[in-house]
Amino acid sequence: MSTASSTAPWNRSARFTSNPAAREPGAIRWLVIGVALTFFAVFLLLPLLAVFAEALRKGWAAYLAAISAPDALSAMRLTLLAAAVAVPLNLVFGIAAAWAIAKHDFRGKNVLITLIDLPFSVSPVIAGLCYVLVFGAQGWFGPWLAAHGIKIVFAVPGIILATIFVTVPFIARELIPLMQAQGRDEEEAALVLGASGWQTFARVTLPNVKWGLLYGVILCNARAMGEFGAVSVVSGHIRGQTNTMPLQVEILYNEYSFAAAFAVASLLALLALVTLVVKTIIEWRAGAELRPDEAP
Amino acid sequence: MSIAVRNIGKSFGSFVALDNVSLEFPTGKLVALLGPSGCGKTTLLRIIAGLEYADRGEVILDGEDASDRHVRERQVGFVFQHYALFRHMSIFENVAFGLRVKPRSQRPPEREIRRRVMELLELVQLGWVADRYPAQLSGGQRQRIALARALAVGPRVLLLDEPFGALDAKVRKELRRWLRNLHDELHITSIFVTHDQDEAIELADQLVVMHKGKVEQTGTPREVYAAPATPFVYGFLGAVNEFRGSIDGDYLRVGTSALPIVGGDVARGQSAVAFARPHELEIITDGGSGQAGIGATIKRIVDIGSIARVELSGAACEEPHLYEVELPSQRLAELNLAAGQPVRLVSSRLRAFAQGERS
Repeated sequence: MSTASSTAPWNRSARFTSNPAAREPGAIRWLVIGVALTFFAVFLLLPLLAVFAEALRKGWAAYLAAISAPDALSAMRLTLLAAAVAVPLNLVFGIAAAWAIAKHDFRGKNVLITLIDLPFSVSPVIAGLCYVLVFGAQGWFGPWLAAHGIKIVFAVPGIILATIFVTVPFIARELIPLMQAQGRDEEEAALVLGASGWQTFARVTLPNVKWGLLYGVILCNARAMGEFGAVSVVSGHIRGQTNTMPLQVEILYNEYSFAAAFAVASLLALLALVTLVVKTIIEWRAGAELRPDEAP
Repeated sequence: MSIAVRNIGKSFGSFVALDNVSLEFPTGKLVALLGPSGCGKTTLLRIIAGLEYADRGEVILDGEDASDRHVRERQVGFVFQHYALFRHMSIFENVAFGLRVKPRSQRPPEREIRRRVMELLELVQLGWVADRYPAQLSGGQRQRIALARALAVGPRVLLLDEPFGALDAKVRKELRRWLRNLHDELHITSIFVTHDQDEAIELADQLVVMHKGKVEQTGTPREVYAAPATPFVYGFLGAVNEFRGSIDGDYLRVGTSALPIVGGDVARGQSAVAFARPHELEIITDGGSGQAGIGATIKRIVDIGSIARVELSGAACEEPHLYEVELPSQRLAELNLAAGQPVRLVSSRLRAFAQGERS
């Protein structure tokens, strides 16, 4: 194991660039890097800058007014609420599913794995429509729900449900390969040493996947706040009540209030940037922990 | 503590891993489960630990049936092939784990934990790595820590699954000696799994040779080596020369030659396979002595140290056959052999088994 560091992924590239036999001619290297950077600038960086430029076109006062408008604030609250419900739920579900899939053998395991991927393969609009069909006024449970005075579609519960649906895979998908790669040895060792199931989970399994888990939560949160399609179908676009931030952006844009639309959009873009920074920090910390010589 | 297993059976799908295995492990001894990969030795060890459940049969720990006891309650120490140290914990915390997870009423106070862990780290001669992490240790060090961790909870038995399998040859040899010394100090009933015959012979008080889910032979290394009970054990434990032919009185007929047999009970005329260790064969250079022994040609002579090794190709069988003879260097010099020289081989000790027994 002591030789692992020489082939470790983080210095593989160094080995290549420092090795004259494996180095590509300079022109080719610069061409490849140039293409990648140009693509990145035109398709990713430019639009992002455009969002902030448009948002601030009419000055800071207009910007602040736009994001503190009652409808905008209500949209922010709803987005935060949806994320606050969806992320913890998916956290619990993701850990449970990954634990079951990676550390145990049972019948129907492959079905569960496939089901977890369903939200990735189904268009979010379809997911939203499904909720309308099931819980809507004309849906299966519609009459029963109406009779009991419960409103799901075109109301906050529907938005939360749709958000949960589209974000289901994020945490589980992040954890499953990680847990599978770590194997069951450490859990077995803990059991033999007398640890209970819960102690094994809390002291061995969970600490081993903490960075992967955090990473999954960050991505899940980003998606929960940014989801448009599924939420759009079940929302009903009731201003100040069932509009999330992405829906609010669309409404404002359709009403030609470009500055306001971009102001709200800039908040979402900021969220994306924060997510990326946090994600990078997590990757860096997790990498540092894996490197034997830099362990604390 | 004594360990016994009775009529243990275990299948994985259609693969029979253990077929009605019954064994007694003597108290305070170091026993090796020896066999090729896939012979069921690791499965048996895991069943004893409680990490795997047998389809049939009983595991008896200290005279009582422990088959339904949870692994937590069996008080066994288990050392994994790949150490299975908790990678996110310091070495100290790894060793302390078993003490820390005890129910509050049984958990020793922090000072006692500290004392016990340091004592164990000293025992495995690694007191100075307490604050490091598993990734910072070498393989041999990790395995010693794994052993200290297993001993921390005061196990009644120690089970080691290929404990040196992932180490390089030199470290393996050192650690082997070290483990033997440690066992002589602690006298804890121990079972270890290995596919390395040298390791088993050097380390164990008792050998259990397994093959295809069955126990082939048990005994001290000396007994098993000197008197293998089956052709499989003959071939698996130590180098061996194989002769195939048919039994004719006290002789094994191989083609036109005949070899005298010592041991084995094969009926006359039956086809048989016979074995002789390299040092149990002798080379005869004068062709005059008629039919004694079988003809062979010298291929290669390796003369290093006090024992020389001669490789020969035999002509007696239908297909060419390679033989290996060991003899003192001095004797080799007397014989004055050369590659390509035709000689005859006679055995001082040849044990025959009926052909059907061969597995």
